[in-house]
Amino acid sequence: MKLYEYMAYELIEKIKSKEITIEELIYQIYERIEKTEDKLHSFIHLSKEKALNKAKQLDEKLNKGKPVGRLYGLPMGIKDLICIKDSPTTCGSKILEGYYPPYNATVINRLIEKEGAICVGRTNMDEFAMGSSTENSCYGPTYNPWDLERVPGGSSGGSGSCVASGQTPVSLGSDTGGSIRCPASYCGVVGLKPTYGRVSRYGLVSYANSLDQIGPISRCVYDTAILLEIIAGYDRLDSTTVDIKVDKYTEELQNPISKMTLGVPKEFFGEGLEKEVKNKVKGAINKLNSLGAETIEVSFPHLEYAIPTYYLIAMSEASSNLARYDGLRYGSMSGDLSGDLYEVFSRTRSERFGSEVRRRIILGSYTLSAGYYDMFYIKALKVRTLIKNDFQNALNQCDAIVCPTMPTTAFKIGEFVDDPLQMYFMDILTCPVNLAGLPALSIPCGFDTKDLPIGFQIIGNYFSEKIILNIGYLLEKELNIFRKLAPIKDGGN
Amino acid sequence: MEGIRVSSNYEDVIIGLEVHIQLTNLKTKLFCSCNADYRGSEPNSHNCPICLGLPGSLPVINERAIEFATRLALALDSKINDSMFFFRKNYFYVDLPKGFQISQYNKAGGRAFADRGNITVKINGNKKEIRLNRIHLEEDPARLVHKGSIATSPYTLVDYNRSGVCLIEIVSEPVIRSPEEAREFLKQLRSIVQYTRISNLDLTGAARVDANISIKGHERSEVKNISSFKEVERALKWEIQRQRNLLKRGKKLTQETRHWDDKRRITISLRTKEFEEDYRYFPEQDLVPIVIDKNFIQQVKDKLPEMPNERSIRLQRDYNLSEFDSENLVLDKDIADFYEDGVNSVPSFGPNEYKQFCNWLMNDISRHLNEQNKTIPETKVQPKLVVDLIKHINEGKITTKIAKTFISEMMNGSSISKIIEKKGKKRISNEEIIEGNCKEVIKENPKIVEDCRKNPKAIEALIGRVMGKTKGQADPEITRRIMFKMLKQIGIII
Ligand SMILES: [Zn+2]
Repeated sequence: MKLYEYMAYELIEKIKSKEITIEELIYQIYERIEKTEDKLHSFIHLSKEKALNKAKQLDEKLNKGKPVGRLYGLPMGIKDLICIKDSPTTCGSKILEGYYPPYNATVINRLIEKEGAICVGRTNMDEFAMGSSTENSCYGPTYNPWDLERVPGGSSGGSGSCVASGQTPVSLGSDTGGSIRCPASYCGVVGLKPTYGRVSRYGLVSYANSLDQIGPISRCVYDTAILLEIIAGYDRLDSTTVDIKVDKYTEELQNPISKMTLGVPKEFFGEGLEKEVKNKVKGAINKLNSLGAETIEVSFPHLEYAIPTYYLIAMSEASSNLARYDGLRYGSMSGDLSGDLYEVFSRTRSERFGSEVRRRIILGSYTLSAGYYDMFYIKALKVRTLIKNDFQNALNQCDAIVCPTMPTTAFKIGEFVDDPLQMYFMDILTCPVNLAGLPALSIPCGFDTKDLPIGFQIIGNYFSEKIILNIGYLLEKELNIFRKLAPIKDGGN
Repeated sequence: MEGIRVSSNYEDVIIGLEVHIQLTNLKTKLFCSCNADYRGSEPNSHNCPICLGLPGSLPVINERAIEFATRLALALDSKINDSMFFFRKNYFYVDLPKGFQISQYNKAGGRAFADRGNITVKINGNKKEIRLNRIHLEEDPARLVHKGSIATSPYTLVDYNRSGVCLIEIVSEPVIRSPEEAREFLKQLRSIVQYTRISNLDLTGAARVDANISIKGHERSEVKNISSFKEVERALKWEIQRQRNLLKRGKKLTQETRHWDDKRRITISLRTKEFEEDYRYFPEQDLVPIVIDKNFIQQVKDKLPEMPNERSIRLQRDYNLSEFDSENLVLDKDIADFYEDGVNSVPSFGPNEYKQFCNWLMNDISRHLNEQNKTIPETKVQPKLVVDLIKHINEGKITTKIAKTFISEMMNGSSISKIIEKKGKKRISNEEIIEGNCKEVIKENPKIVEDCRKNPKAIEALIGRVMGKTKGQADPEITRRIMFKMLKQIGIII
């Protein structure tokens, strides 16, 4: 077995026991990346030299018997919208070309500075996390390692494909309406969106700040639990983080679930859901039943409003969050500086933002405008409360909700480029979770007849990551498909 | 006279003020831990990812700012909202690194920090309550530096040191009826701010005012960027005159935003109503709602010092001061503290000395402070020195006239006995010396002496000459007695 085929927890053990050095691991990881990256384009930037230097430093420390942190030089892909000091952070956008943040995101301090992870590269993404396919990256699309003609999902598409293909054992993504879970589902890996407020957003470039959350992507639930233990917790730099105890997720994975009740929302199995997806998800639910969990039907009467509500809120927030990009102080500016300040700003923003970002800024500005604010934004906030209540009602009756992550398997590149609304609809099963602020895990539960992975979603109550990881871990073991790396090939149909 | 002419001239004027006060006594900015004391620092040296609005940075509320705002709200009798959140005010400008300003808003589901409140002013001896609409907290934009006037500067420099400094905005109802009322309003507000210890308004740029001005029945204009309290009266007068001139020429006034150009001392149009910005206010969700409970408010209240109006009433009672004197005295907390320290330090002081001390403070000392553009703590004068000065006068050691010449040295901290020694200006009460001087004056001024037969007041002129000869040192009472005696002896008066 090659090193890139191992899970993160196995690699940590190998380094801990000095079976391999960190440098060897990082070197082999880059070998794998160099061999596969042309086909996949998981990364916007790679930082081989920096990573190898860091590996050597950590090895030296280890040799001297000094602590190197709990992650022992674990290589990671980091989504390109999480700030790393003095490392390019473009958010998949031309407008941030050449921008080097002068500070680290809190999660970077925790994973890299404190626990000794190594960032091997910045993963590709839809520009400013706006998209479900990674086709909206200004640096070109990422390709799904299960079928290179298909999208890896988005917006954390690079973080999904790099893990699925063994380019890195784990990665970080961010999830605003499904941006971790969608690529996890399409790439056949594990992705967790934590409870809003569980992980610090300090240093995460905002798309829609009331919905965004950073989370891990990995090939097994155990690895996700390891990373969550490190990144979760109160941060005084993010007022929306909540100061409640972080569970020992890795130690709670094997708890029996025989006393649990799982809610199956009938609306999540409605129109638009592919039959093969439905069957595999139902099959996984049966497995959970066989582990002793009881299932009940729960209802989401307001699910049909989730998509418009989500997009109204996300676009409104985005229009304000992205106002700061004018190229004047950082990033890149239009080459043509003629005219007054506003003309230069407008030209820079028209040239340097991609079309999806411009569309969302314009729509968001419109919905916040005088006269439309009450009609759109305020109304969306009210519906958001109704959707939250739907979840609360369901979760009053059960320990977690189980359903598909995506209504389909990965679609073909270019399939929806002319139909953004159809693309928006793909978020139907993931974005309600962000509106409610709940945690949700996506794990692979099988493949369709095209050998494309299918995602299974487990949604928990606030701060109950422990429970959904526990359910996910046992299901993963039961299904026993998680060791499989993506083949990196054309699909053929 | 001035007052009567002016008030009739402004009968139809309506003014509302929005006063922005920097909480200069806060050590750090509103949403980050950068040093808020930026004055005199290298430009762009008090910054971090938060106040530069860098991607990924998040604001964290400075809890002291909440306490400061609570103090002011209590002092202004405003009703503090028990829970509130911040809003984003969206607009593009180089002084706003995030493209929005984090502020508070009392519409669209938002609430101000505090609602209502009032400030009492005195206009032509009559009290008037000027009602407030609200108070709220917000972050200061960066400082723009121009070469000369904004209209003609070839460039704009941006200094982000000011970006994110805490501002408190006080919005009055449109009930101010003249530039003088506005001036009095700001005078009282300045005093209250000083008493609450939230800001030092003497610092450049610590207070800025936007004014809404209209003439009854016509559209209003908003004059922005009046950069000090002193400028407000001037800007208001100018703008009212501009509106009147247009009306006189039969023109229609339009609703517009104007800019006060303090270099040229005129207002210039920035934009008219149809180009008015839509700020797209909406909640700032990077900050959690602020909850202000009754206990907290009570704790702040307990620590508040006596406010100027209460103090004025007490001073009238305790020191027998007139309403006029006490109201002037309490305006500047440092002056009032100085006063009370002084008069309380001498148990034997009574109403006469209280009045004397007040007069010295409000006349000669205040005049000196104004001339030097200093506040009393910035000088070396101590209450004890003024006490000494008064004692010297009352014990007949120096004359009031001489005492007045001591002020500038006293303000530098010199003791009264040192000044006397240095100036040799002890009072002359030796009768022989005074007699000699009187004799000379009588001899040198036969005409004035002759006048004294018909005009008893002419004797003052002779006494004045004696004072002149002795450089003011002769005791005026003794001089007067001797002069009378001598004029009697030579038969000029009976
Ligand atoms: Zn700062």
